[in-house]
Amino acid sequence: MTTKQKVIDVQNLTVEIDVPAGTLHAVSGIDFHVNQGETLCIVGESGCGKSITALALMNLLPKKAKLSADKLDLQGRNLLTISPGEFASLRGDRMSMIFQDPMTSLNPVYRVGDQLEEVYIHHGKGGRKEAAERAEFLLEKVGISAPKSRLIQYPHQLSGGLRQRIMIAMTLMCDPALIIADEPTTALDVTIQAQILNTLRNLQREFNTAMILITHDLGVVARVADNVAVMYAGKFVETGTAMEVFTQPTHPYTQGLIACIPTPGNSGHGRLGSIPGIVPSLIGDMDGCLFRNRCASVRAECEVGITPIKHLSEGRGYRCVMSVEECMKRAQVQILSEAS
Amino acid sequence: MSTETIHKPRAAFHGTADSETVLECRDVSRTFLVGKGLFSEKKTLKAVQNVSLKVRRGEVVAVVGESGCGKTTLAKMLLGLLQPSSGNIFIEGNPITDVTIRQIARRVQPVFQDPYSSLNPRKTLESIISLPLKVHDIGDRESRQKRVEEILAMVELPKRLIHSYPSQLSGGQRQRVAIARALVMKPEILVCDEPTSALDVSVQAHILNLLQDLRDELNLTYVFISHNLAVVEHLADTVAVMYLGRLIEYGPKEDIFRNPKHPYTKALLDSFLTPDPTKDVPEIALGRGFPNPLDPPTGCAFHPRCASVMDMCSKVRPEQTEVDGIKLECHLYPQPSKAQAAE
Repeated sequence: MTTKQKVIDVQNLTVEIDVPAGTLHAVSGIDFHVNQGETLCIVGESGCGKSITALALMNLLPKKAKLSADKLDLQGRNLLTISPGEFASLRGDRMSMIFQDPMTSLNPVYRVGDQLEEVYIHHGKGGRKEAAERAEFLLEKVGISAPKSRLIQYPHQLSGGLRQRIMIAMTLMCDPALIIADEPTTALDVTIQAQILNTLRNLQREFNTAMILITHDLGVVARVADNVAVMYAGKFVETGTAMEVFTQPTHPYTQGLIACIPTPGNSGHGRLGSIPGIVPSLIGDMDGCLFRNRCASVRAECEVGITPIKHLSEGRGYRCVMSVEECMKRAQVQILSEAS
Repeated sequence: MSTETIHKPRAAFHGTADSETVLECRDVSRTFLVGKGLFSEKKTLKAVQNVSLKVRRGEVVAVVGESGCGKTTLAKMLLGLLQPSSGNIFIEGNPITDVTIRQIARRVQPVFQDPYSSLNPRKTLESIISLPLKVHDIGDRESRQKRVEEILAMVELPKRLIHSYPSQLSGGQRQRVAIARALVMKPEILVCDEPTSALDVSVQAHILNLLQDLRDELNLTYVFISHNLAVVEHLADTVAVMYLGRLIEYGPKEDIFRNPKHPYTKALLDSFLTPDPTKDVPEIALGRGFPNPLDPPTGCAFHPRCASVMDMCSKVRPEQTEVDGIKLECHLYPQPSKAQAAE
């Protein structure tokens, strides 16, 4: 297999937001890259910085936020040095985003068709006629029957699932290199969720697009991701392929997160594993492992310094002072104590 | 008010049906009149149709289905917040129409989905949790405060939070407050409408564990409304699947999860994504559209999306049948009498 092209390459991405109480470290030094045709899932709980990461990539951060990075390349082009105007021409063209709630991300006073075509025309891909053809073609691709009649409808005339399909079609209008999907199915029913994810994944394969999927749903991650990054308090605590992360979770947080999900087929009234405590405040100076207050295996080394990410292999790593063997042993003990 | 009046409403529940059944719906329907515009004719929306359910003491009945299937309308009727258009609901054998909403509130209490909007932001936890006691005129100030402290300990919230406001709490803590408020009346039944869907997984695990502990401790009965099948499988004893206002499959959880019979239940279980990286996103055979409840399909309401649709599905509405202890509404499982007649 030939080496795949890196669509986006990010190193040491940091986002700090000035708030009255000090500096909020929303994202502190994350590294990742996504290859053509691959999906990276960033998974984490509310407030861990996953949406801010998405907004940072799209340069849509609030004004108060300060972004810094060692590297932020989209298809080899350095995004750190380009002007806001140049960025605007990339957004929607080379990279586009799907938001969580399709009702608030579509404009209610314009017809669906106009909104789809606007992207295409704005980026100078062609005239009205080509735009309309492209919109119709894509609506059919995303599984909407009778696309012509849908193009002249307004968002309120469509169901949630249809609206999200329209959003997917819109992101594909200019055939982008990268799609960033921020909780694309959270607002939808399970049956619709499966269909939308199916559509998204099939189209991504067909167009060979890179995708970053942001979600809190481990079920979605397991089924869709090629690579997974588990995010906690602004940092990646574990990375790897979906198979690695789900079958051999190494970081105590990942282990805890997986234990929290009710396992199918496990009838009876066993208790769920849980992570004690709450997410720490990200304001002010940070020292030590940020998970230490919730970790059962906490030790003196966890209190000071920033635990570096330990790389096990290409793309596989975790951020914990314990060795892999210790982490695995810990997981075993936990399973045994839960079973008893 | 004297203590006598406090106990009076309870006396109204002497119950005639078997004491095991605490809550029963018999053929309950609810319709709404919906007007599209100022001059257009009002249409009837059948939100819940002919639902019959029995909830036994200490049981967890989960109601599952897609948005708009009537789950919440059913919950509201169980809470006495809506009157059924036809049929009746019995609480411990007493028809709900014969008792006042106050009496219902002593038996059945709600826990809502969003702990951000279901708690008054201007009240302290103490006044939020003790409000039901005040409304029902139970105890004096001191005993109420004591009760609030007891209940906070029960839901595992620190006592020091008693004078804080909801805005100072996290989502999980707020949901604990909502549970505390529901429990302060010592109800027998909790109607939980998506109690964990606004929460993160780790917080959800805490709340589910708490609900389970409370159930064991207080012998509570739950009607649990959810679209999260993992949660349902974890918690429920009995599962009721609703589609477009009708109860289409209803039976013990093990049977329904292991061997779903109705094509809709099958599709619902298939589309549920378990965190299993060896599997792909399932191909769902369901047609795309959830039908318009104002203009439901003829015959079986599920037939336009059904993978095993037959000729008669679009013409005749299936009657409820019972197969291996599971109540079903599907032509694939005809009534024994009809099947025999056909033979």
